[in-house]
Amino acid sequence: MSASTKEQRFQTMMLPHLDSAFNLARWLARSHQDAEDIVQESYLRAFKFFDSFHGEDGRAWLLGIVRNTFYTWYQQNKTQALSTQFEEELHSVQIEDGAATLYANNNPEAMLIKKDSQRQLQQALETLSVEFREVMVMRELEDLSYKQIAGIIGIPIGTVMSRLGRGRKQLAEILASMNRVHDGS
Amino acid sequence: MDHKEVFELLPAYLDQELGLSDAIAVERHLGNCSECQHELEIQNVVSAQLKKDTAYFKAPTHLAHRIKTALPRDSSRSTRLSSWNFNWINAGAVMATLLAVVWSGGLYLTLPSAQERLTEELVSSHVRSLQVDHLSDVISSDRHTVKPWFNGKLDFSPQVIDLAAQGFPLVGGRLDYLNGRTVAVLIYRHNQHPINLYIWPSTDTDEAPQAASRQGYHLVRWTAGGMEYWAVSDLATNELESFVGTLRL
Repeated sequence: MSASTKEQRFQTMMLPHLDSAFNLARWLARSHQDAEDIVQESYLRAFKFFDSFHGEDGRAWLLGIVRNTFYTWYQQNKTQALSTQFEEELHSVQIEDGAATLYANNNPEAMLIKKDSQRQLQQALETLSVEFREVMVMRELEDLSYKQIAGIIGIPIGTVMSRLGRGRKQLAEILASMNRVHDGS
Repeated sequence: MDHKEVFELLPAYLDQELGLSDAIAVERHLGNCSECQHELEIQNVVSAQLKKDTAYFKAPTHLAHRIKTALPRDSSRSTRLSSWNFNWINAGAVMATLLAVVWSGGLYLTLPSAQERLTEELVSSHVRSLQVDHLSDVISSDRHTVKPWFNGKLDFSPQVIDLAAQGFPLVGGRLDYLNGRTVAVLIYRHNQHPINLYIWPSTDTDEAPQAASRQGYHLVRWTAGGMEYWAVSDLATNELESFVGTLRL
């Protein structure tokens, strides 16, 4: 296969998934600028390994590379990224007894956010630890199947299920505590 | 399935990721367990809210251009190569293509046919039905109980015959998912050996029974009256054929 054909084939098959790649990178890195760099690096890596791709599921294949690229970047930037992010989170939410409230009022609708819902939801989802956040984004935003997610992350399907279940519960607790802070103030 | 198992399966139930028999088991338990109903409601509310209100970050328009520019430009360099090198590269490419074609041809030959795959799928389904102790969804030896049970669960109505007098008592019925569709399964027994009879509509013309064997299990398939039938069991082939013969009388 000549190089230009490879490039054309690569662009036809991979560029349509650019939004998915960016969305995942943005949610993982929690920064627009970092997401751009991660996605560009991912596409270069994908191009390098494109010969090993056999055309089954282009989006899942690319998202796997985006995820790996993110984790490499994350390891390198860990110390500085963590210190700033954590401070923000501690100031905005307290999660401790969220579960108790949730069960006490026994009304899941109550935790629905009343105002500013997009911003609160974004904040809540970004508070989740990355292993929960990634399955939530892949399932709820990218609408991937458990099997695809399991393949991308390299974990059993049962683990995808339990992470989703626990992630949703944690998110419910975070949202509940956010509302409580709001109502109290 | 007990409470703990159902509770853990709730996310997959919500996401419609469960197999048919598990989904039915979860539904049955949900009907009278308020803790599971509450948990499912939480999962559902959060999931719906996320799908509805979470920001989806689309790639900025300049990013595609940035990526295209950053891709390695091998194609422009190759035109500057000398003609000798160029031909040599072409010859290599032709060789590689030939190899790929031969190799993929070989792959194609070793691929199982649709019929083979279906046979394997049936044996796995049969084994699974024995393993998880989920042979029947409706347990009854009365065909007037089993047949109506399928109503509303299938887009066809399987014929249900009891063969107790002939030594093959009907044990029950079950839904299964095979060959990309929901199928009816009737369960018979012969001297403690279970027989799974799979039934689904077919557009093929009637075909006489044909026997096959896989992993120690015996299968007999035939088509009659617009339905495809597969009987699977660990019974000896002649006994399974006698079952099929009795059934088709």
